[in-house]
Amino acid sequence: MTTFILRRILVAVPTLLLISVLVFGVIQLQPGGFLENMLEDPRVSRETVENIRRQYLLDQPVWAQYLHWLGGIVRGDFGFSFLNSRPVSELIWERMGWTVFLAALTILATWVIAIPLGIYTALNRYGPTSTALNFVGYFGLATPDFLVALLLIYLVLISGGTTVGGLFSPQYIDAPWSWAKFQDMLGHLWIPLIVIGLDGTATIMRQMRANLLDVLNQDYIRTARAKGLAERVVLWKHAVRNAINPLISLAGLQLPTLISSTIIASIVLSLPTIGPFLYDSLLNKDQYVVMALLMLSAVLLMVGNLLADILLAWVDPRIRYE
Amino acid sequence: MDKRNNPLYLAWRRFLRSKPGVISGVVLIVLYGVALFAGFLAPYNLTVQHPDAIYQPPQRIHFFRDGRPVRPYVYQLKRERDPVTFISSYREDPSRPTLIRFFIAQGEPYRFFGLKTNWHLFGVPESEGYFFPLGTDQFGRCLFSRILVGSQVSLTVGVIGVLISFVIGILLGGISGYFGGWIDTLIQRTTEVLLSIPRLPILMALSTVIPASWPSTYVYLGIIGVLSFIGWAGLARVVRGQVLALREVDYVTAAVAQGASNLRIILRHIVPNLSSYLIVTATLALPGYIIGESALSFLGLGIKEPMASWGLLLKDAQNFQSLSLYPWLLTPGILIFISVLAYNFLGDALRDAADVRQRD
Repeated sequence: MTTFILRRILVAVPTLLLISVLVFGVIQLQPGGFLENMLEDPRVSRETVENIRRQYLLDQPVWAQYLHWLGGIVRGDFGFSFLNSRPVSELIWERMGWTVFLAALTILATWVIAIPLGIYTALNRYGPTSTALNFVGYFGLATPDFLVALLLIYLVLISGGTTVGGLFSPQYIDAPWSWAKFQDMLGHLWIPLIVIGLDGTATIMRQMRANLLDVLNQDYIRTARAKGLAERVVLWKHAVRNAINPLISLAGLQLPTLISSTIIASIVLSLPTIGPFLYDSLLNKDQYVVMALLMLSAVLLMVGNLLADILLAWVDPRIRYE
Repeated sequence: MDKRNNPLYLAWRRFLRSKPGVISGVVLIVLYGVALFAGFLAPYNLTVQHPDAIYQPPQRIHFFRDGRPVRPYVYQLKRERDPVTFISSYREDPSRPTLIRFFIAQGEPYRFFGLKTNWHLFGVPESEGYFFPLGTDQFGRCLFSRILVGSQVSLTVGVIGVLISFVIGILLGGISGYFGGWIDTLIQRTTEVLLSIPRLPILMALSTVIPASWPSTYVYLGIIGVLSFIGWAGLARVVRGQVLALREVDYVTAAVAQGASNLRIILRHIVPNLSSYLIVTATLALPGYIIGESALSFLGLGIKEPMASWGLLLKDAQNFQSLSLYPWLLTPGILIFISVLAYNFLGDALRDAADVRQRD
C-alpha cells in the first residue's frame, strides 16, 4: 500500500509540472496585467512600475520568469499579490481552510443523505416519495449551481429571512469562537451545503439506486434469502455492502465538480473560500494569485482522488494495489 | 435490405418507446425553432430600452372582460412610489386596456436569413403602450424578447462547442489509440493535464484571455473556443479506449492488408463503427457546455453586451435586493433547466436505443 501511494505521488509530479506550464502559459496570454492597469492611475509613475517589474523579474524573458516562479513554489513561495500587497501564500492559507472545510462537510452531508435515499428509492421504486425524490434528483442535475443559489436566496428572502450570504452575521465575523457564533454559522451553512452538494447528492442517489437494484438480482442474494436469513441482514450485509463499493470511485470522479461548485457558490454567496479570491484576482489580473489558485485546485483534486483510491482499497478487500 | 433488419430502423423503434426521450426531442426541436425565429417571435428588439418602464413586472394577459371571453388584452401599468420607502411599484391601470395585435410591423428592423424586416408575431402598438410578457430589466428592456434572442447564443454554444471538441477529440483520440507509442503517451499526458484541473477555475482563467476590446461576436466565438479547449480531452480519452479495442478487429486487419492509409482506416473504418456511441456521448456532453457558458456569462466572464445569453440575463438577478424585488429576472433560469434536462433525457434514450445488445 505504501509503495502504491508513493508511486502515485511520483507519477503526479510530471503531471503537476505540465499543469504549471499550462497555467503559466494561460496567464502569459492574458492581455494586459495588473502593472499595466497601475499605469492608468495618475498617481503612479512609470519608474515605480518599472521598479516593481524589475523586483519581480517581470522584465526578464518568459522562460526565466517561469523558472523563477516554479523555483519559488518548490520553496513554498507562491509569489506576491499586487492587489493585496502581501505574499500569496499567506493569503491562500487563510482561505484554504474554509475551502477544504466546506468541501469535506459537503461530501459528508452528501453521502449521509444520498445513500439512504438511494436505498429507499431502490426498495420503493414506484411510490410517490420515490417519484418526488427522483424529480429533486433531476432538478439537481439540470440546474447550474449558481441558479440553485439564486433560488434559495430568493426563497429565504421572500419568507422573511435575512441570513443569506457569507458564513456569519456581521457581528460575529471577527468575534472569537463561541456557542452563539457556532449557531450563527449553522444558520448560514445550510444554503452553501445545498448549493454545492445537490448535484453530487443527486448523482450518488441515482447510482446507489441502480447499483442496489443490480445487486438485488444477483444469485447470492437469492441464496441468502433461501437459506433463511432475515431480510434485514440480506439487505444491509449482503446487498448494500456490495452496492456501495463502486460509489467510492464515483466520489473521486465527482471531485472536480465539487471544487467547481464550491468556487461558484462562494462567489454568489460571498463565502471566505478561494472562489471569490480567484474571481477578484482574475478580474484584476493579479497573476501570481491566479496561478497559485489554479495549481492548488489541481493539487486538491489529485489528493482527493488518491484518498478515494485508498478508501476503496480499505473498504473492498478484493482490491489490492501492487 | 428488409426494413425490419435495418439497424437504424430498429434503433429508431427502440427510441420511440422511451417517452421521456421523445418528449425531450420534441422540446428541443421547439426550442431551436424558437431560437431560429426569435426576432419574429419577440415583440421587441434585443437592445431597445424603455426608460419609463424600468423593472416593470410581467403583464398578465386577460381573456375575459365582464365575464365574457374577448380577444386577449393587457392593462397598461401605472408606476407608483411608496411614500415611506420610496420603492416604486407598478399597478394595473384599469382605464387603459390594450388589445394584443398579431402580425404587427413596428420598431427597429431585425435580420432574418439575410433580409431585414420589422414584423413581429404579436405586440402592442407603441402609441398605445407596452406589452412585456415577462417584465423588464434595469433599462426597461423586454425580458421575454431578450430570453428569445439570448437562446440563439445559449443553444448554439453547446452544439458548436461539442462539434469542435469532437473533431479534435476524435482525431487525437483516434491517433492516440491507433498508433500507440510515444504519440499515445504525449496525447494521454495532455488530456490528463486538462482533466486534472477542475473545470470552472480553468474556464474562468481561459476566458480572461479574451481581450476586453473584442466585439461581442468575437467574444462569442472565443467562449466556444474556451469551452472546446477544455472539452475535447474527455472525449479523446473515450475515443482512444474504443479505438484500442477496435484496432484488433478483423475488418481493420483486412483494411491494413489492402494497403489503406492510416487516416483512411481511422476515419472510414473505425470512426463509423463508433458513430452511435459518439452521438450518445455528444448528446450527454452538451449540457456541460450550456451550463459552462451560462456560468461564465453569469460571472461576467462570458458573453457580453449587446449580445444576450441566459447566463448573462441571470447576472441581473445577482444582487440580493433585485432578487427579492424583481423575481421575474430569474425566468431565464427555467430555460437553462429545461434545455439541460431535455438533453440529458434525450441522451439517455439514445443510449438505450443504440444499445445493440438489447433485442426486440
